[in-house]
Parts: sequence; C-alpha cells; structure tokens
Amino acid sequence: MTAKTHRLFLTFGALMTLGLAVFLVLSALKENIVYFYSPSDIEETHLSAKRLRVGGLVKDGSADIDGLSATFILTDQNNNISVRYDGALPDLFREGQGIIAEGKFNGDIFIADIVLAKHDETYMPREVADSLKQKGLWQGGSPTDGASQ
Amino acid sequence: MIAEIGHFALIMALVTSILQASVPLIATYHASLNEYVRLAVPLQLLSATGITIAFACLLVTFITSDFSVALVAQHSHSLKPMLYKISGSWGNHEGSLLLWCVILALYGMVFACTSQALSRITHTRILAIHAMVSIAFLAFSLFTSNPFERLSPAPIEGQGLNPVLQDVGLALHPPTLYLGYVGLSLAFAFAVAGLLDGRIDKVWACALKPYITAAWCALTAGIALGSWWAYYELGWGGWWFWDPVENASLMPWLAATALLHSTNVVAAKEGFRSWTVLLAILGFSLSLIGTFIVRSGLLTSVHSFASDPARGVFILGILVLAIGLPLCLFVWRGPQLATKKTASFLVSRETGLLINNALLLVSTAIILLGTFYPLGLEVMTGARITVGPPYFAATFSPVMGIAVIFMGIGPLLAWHRGRISHASMIFIICGLATGGVVIICFSLGIEPAALAGISLAIWLLASIMSDIILRLKPWRSAGFGARMLSLPAPQWGMWCAHFGMVVFLAGALGEGIYQREAIQRVQPGSVISLGPYSVTFTQILGLTGPNYQTQTAELALYDDRGNFLSMMMPEKRFYPAEKQVTTEAAIRSSFLGDVYAVLGDGDDNKGYTIRLYHKPLVSWIWGGAAIMVLGGVIAACGRRRKTPLLVSEDTV
Repeated sequence: MTAKTHRLFLTFGALMTLGLAVFLVLSALKENIVYFYSPSDIEETHLSAKRLRVGGLVKDGSADIDGLSATFILTDQNNNISVRYDGALPDLFREGQGIIAEGKFNGDIFIADIVLAKHDETYMPREVADSLKQKGLWQGGSPTDGASQ
Repeated sequence: MIAEIGHFALIMALVTSILQASVPLIATYHASLNEYVRLAVPLQLLSATGITIAFACLLVTFITSDFSVALVAQHSHSLKPMLYKISGSWGNHEGSLLLWCVILALYGMVFACTSQALSRITHTRILAIHAMVSIAFLAFSLFTSNPFERLSPAPIEGQGLNPVLQDVGLALHPPTLYLGYVGLSLAFAFAVAGLLDGRIDKVWACALKPYITAAWCALTAGIALGSWWAYYELGWGGWWFWDPVENASLMPWLAATALLHSTNVVAAKEGFRSWTVLLAILGFSLSLIGTFIVRSGLLTSVHSFASDPARGVFILGILVLAIGLPLCLFVWRGPQLATKKTASFLVSRETGLLINNALLLVSTAIILLGTFYPLGLEVMTGARITVGPPYFAATFSPVMGIAVIFMGIGPLLAWHRGRISHASMIFIICGLATGGVVIICFSLGIEPAALAGISLAIWLLASIMSDIILRLKPWRSAGFGARMLSLPAPQWGMWCAHFGMVVFLAGALGEGIYQREAIQRVQPGSVISLGPYSVTFTQILGLTGPNYQTQTAELALYDDRGNFLSMMMPEKRFYPAEKQVTTEAAIRSSFLGDVYAVLGDGDDNKGYTIRLYHKPLVSWIWGGAAIMVLGGVIAACGRRRKTPLLVSEDTV
C-alpha cells in the first residue's frame, strides 16, 4: 500500500469519527438540555411540556409530606408554583430553604422527579440565589459561602 | 511562630524557584556560562525543601489546633479526631494549593536526582520549565491564598470542618489525585524542553515514560478513590454523577491515557513526535482547567470549595500562559519535529495507537463541551441550562465503546508490518466468543445497550486471553517458563491494565443494568423486600460519636431462604460544631454485589424513609481501576530491556 492511500484511509477514518462525534453531540445536546426557570419566569412565559428545572424557596407552611409523596409551593416571593414529588426528599429539604426541582408540568402542577437541596445549611443553589438577587429579594452573603463537599 | 516559619519557607521556595527558572536556563544557551548549569539540581533541592518545610508547618498548626492562624480557625476544631485534623489541612482551598506545590516540588526532586540518561542541557531545561510551573503556583498561593494568615484576636474555638469531609476518603483522595494532576507537569516540562532543544527522540521518551506512567496510575487511583468516596459518603447510591469536578478529573485522565500510548510510539519508532508534544501540553492544560473549575467557583458543583473571583482570574492567567506560550513555541519549532518518513503500513501497531489516541481525544472534547456549554450559553444568551448525565451517556459511551473494540485489536498488531495474518486466528476466536455470548444474551431478552456492553467486555477479554496464550504457547511445554520470563514487563503491564478495563466494564454494566431499589416510609418492625433479599427494620437508636450525635436505624438483612446475613446500621449524623447533618449509608459489600441502605427523614409518628439498593458487581468498578493501576505499576517497575534503543518490537 502506498503512503498516499494510507493517508487517504486515515483521513477518511478521522473524518468519520469526527462526523460521528459531532452527530452524537448535537443530537444529545438537543434532547438532554434542561433549562432553568424561576417561578416568575414561568409566569411570564408559557408553560410547555418540556422537561425543565425550577428553583426557588420552599414557601413556609406549604410543605405537605405524606409517606413518600410530597407537595409544596416554590416561591421567589412574587410568584408561586405548586410542586408534587413522589420519592424521598433530600436531608436538607426544609421550609424556607432554596431548592431546585426538575421535572415537567402537568397542567398547573409541576411534577418533579428530582429535587436538589445541597448538604449545607447555608448553601443555596446558585441559580436560585441569582434569580432572588434579580428580584431584589436577596438576603445574606455570597451564594456559595458554605463549602459543600 | 510556626506559621511565620512556614510563610518564610514558602517565600524562600519562590525565590529559589525564580533563580532555578532563570539562571541555569540562560546558562544552557551560552557556552561561557556553562558552570551555572550545575546550579539547577541544588536549586531544585532547595526549593523542594522550602515547600516541604512550609507544608510541615501547616500540618503542625492544624495538629496543635493553633486558632490564631485564620485557616485553622475556619476549618478545624479542637474536638476533631486527629486523622481529620491532619487531613483537614488540605480539605480547603489554601491548604490543598500548598499540597499541590509540595507534590510539584517532590516530582521535581525525584526528576533532578534521576533521569541521568538525558543530556545535561535537556535535564537542566526540563528542571527550569518545571520551576516556572512552581513559580506560578507558589505566587498564586502567596498572593491570593496565603495559608499562614493570622487572626487577631485568635478565636477560642475553630469553626470545624465540613462534616462531609470528615472521612478517611478525604485523607486519601486529594493527595492521590494531585499526584496524578501534578505528574503531568513533568510531561509538560519535557515537552517544552524538547521544543527548546528542537529534538525529541527515544532517549527523551524513555526518560519521560516512568513519570507519565506514575502520573497515570495516581490519576486512575485518585479518580477511583473519589468515586468510591462519593459512593459511600454522599448516600446517593451512585458512583459517577458527571459533575463538573468529576469531568475535570476525567479529562486529564483521558489525555494522560492517550499520552501514555503515544509516548510508546516515540520510544519504539520515534513516530508521533509532534503529536506527543501537543498531548503533553494538552494534558497539563486540562489538569490546570480542572483546578480552575474547582477553584474559581465558575461552575456550580457538589464539590465546590468557597470561591473567590480573584483566584479564578489568577488561575485563568496561568492557564493562558501555560497553553499559549508553548503553543507559540510549537508553531516555531514544531516543523523540526515532523515525523521522519518511515512509511509504516496501514495495518500496524502505529495505526492502532493512532485510532486509540483519536478516540480518547474525541471523548475528551465531548466532556469538555458538555462541561463548558452551559457556561458559554449563559454568557452569550443568559439562558441557564443543565447538561445532565443523559448527554454523557449518549455521547461518551458510544465513543468509548468503539475505543474498546480497538483495544481488542491494536495490541495484536505488530509494529510497522502490514500483514494481519498472524493475528487473524485471534480475531476468529474473539469473534466466535463474542458472537456466542451475543446469541445467549439475545435469547435471554437483554436490552440492546446491555447487550452491546456485555459483548464489548467479552470481546476485550477474549482478545487479551488469546493474545497471552498465543504468545506463551502452553501446548509446547519445553521452554514455557523461559517464554514467560522473556516477555518484557510492560507487556504484562498492558495486559493487566486492559484486563482491569474488562473488570471495570463488568462492574459498570452490572450496577447500571441490574440495580434494584426500594424506597419506603416505614415504622420499626416492618419488612422491606429488595430483589433476593429482605430487610427487617428492627429499631431506631440514638448514638453519640466523638463529635456528633446520630439517629441510627437497625436493619437486619436476610437472603431469599431466610438466612440472616448481617446487621446494617445506616445513620444520620448531626454535628453540633458545624450545625450540619450528614447521611452515612450502611453498605454490605460482597464479591457479587452490594446492599446499600440509607436512612432518610422521619419520626415515630409518620415512620422513617428508608432507601435500599441492591447493586450487583458494583465493587468491580473500583476493583477494575485497581487492576489498571497494578498494570501501570508492573509496566513502570518491572524489568526493562537494557538500553532504550532496544525497547521496540513487542512492547507497548
């Protein structure tokens, strides 16, 4: 085999790999990106059937935990969202705590299948802290003050 | 006093590093100054001593709980067990940075005292480049995150260490991981010095190989330890979360793996020289990016320490210099390195390694994109998104799958030659074995993804086994022992490391496909069934640890015939000093799988949430990593052929 056909084969192989990788990446990004919204963003835009994340504070007195199913209200102090979650809530799920819920809307109720609250009492997910700051409702220090892991 | 000694030692180390990076380097370019080249080794020893003293001082302040030092006051507590006082010294930003510097200095010292095969000039230049890396990190430590800052007045008690970090995992994981990250700095120094020399050859590659192998082993072990720690400590039941910080350690690992393989081509055939230099620069840049991700707080992560933008900017500066300058040098000097025309054949070991390198880099790029895409999108459009595990499963896994196919082919091919015939028998065996397994699995109705994974593992296993058998020829008893001994250690090391991959795949498949879980809210006395097991929740206890109180569930584990296996005691710990709660999972490990229990929230009225998982083969994941590390150790420590010029035909 000559060096020329050799190079041709290798170039072809490299292009194929690259093409495959680009295809995989693009199709995976298209399907697997999850956007983050605050309760007010959701009020302003229209609810869609897409998978998304909402973040805010768990409204005081709203959490109703019954066995392995919980309902609570997420708030950014302007707007509220009702969330239902079937599963074990994380340790630091408390009323007044900033959390992120991931899932889909079913009518007006957000059905979450993931609820994230971090290990640290003082921690607030960055997205939640940012959206509270935008609304001028931020109290306290830097969002990642408390070290997590 | 101790803290001031440490601070002073750190400044001395910076000064000696600056001297080391300048005087001997300039001397290598002027024959009249040749005497000064001799300074390189003593200066390296001096700066290593300085950094080691500084680190020892930091350890002393933590051990003696000297709360007048700000760092100790923020991260330690007099009631903390001694092990965590010591490991707490690197469980924070400033301390971990000092640890980074210590390891950097130790690598430099080992290199200064060994690697005599290199010419004096090259040796000196490598030390000088390595010292430049030291300067960057020492300056970073001194100017943005000085660990020895005092507090006045000194508090009476420290604020304690994040309880999640109070674990033996923290004593082991960061130092091992850093040993890997930092080891790539030597590869970087070798690459830049090689560009300065305008010469990269077998001697260069053979001198570099032990360091890359060491760094790769440490990186593998560090990542595996981190994953194991997350598995048992976080209580989430997973072993890999595609978290930015995990990705940050996986990217240098992939680059280091590619580098490890490409260096062998330089050592054997002097091929891939420019490519190897680029990979070395890339590998170290990726470990800097890893540091940048963790330290800047730019990407939110379960791992993030407290963050500070000034530090992020400083590391970004280091990153730009560390990538930019060598690349300019590469553009200038690179053409001199272009591979000699050796016209190797398409079917050869070289091609196999080229494909390996290409696939490893593509997968690195995939992870890099997935990690930074959310950041880029937020900067450009303001939209906030998450790229989660499904992205990585859909992109990384197929590419690595192809890499595993070639892992089964490449090692069977000979260097340079263009024939496939002598390996064809192995391919037939492997193909038949894989085909047989596929048919069995298919008839059992296993889902396609699992089927693909299982057949890949079998393919790789069959290839390794038949390669060993064909080389040792056990059917010819005469000279069997001699044949075994005549195979070079790196060959055994490669088989071992590749076999580790098989074990890892088996573990990942077992855990991923056959995991069972049960989540229930129950009262004491209830029975939960989990696949072949049943678990009786007997009672809830309140216990007291050295610096925490617990709520502990007592679970009795039975197998399907009702035999008692063991008691499991998952707990929730409350740390009064830090006012934090952590979850401690109870894990019953066995060769074939783990039972994993976590206690959630609850009280006597509503019952307690208990999460149970059965994870078949999960320990094989870390076992596989351990076997890979063993392979690296065998390759690095085992008997080598005498002179570098002879390392050629059979070894990878």
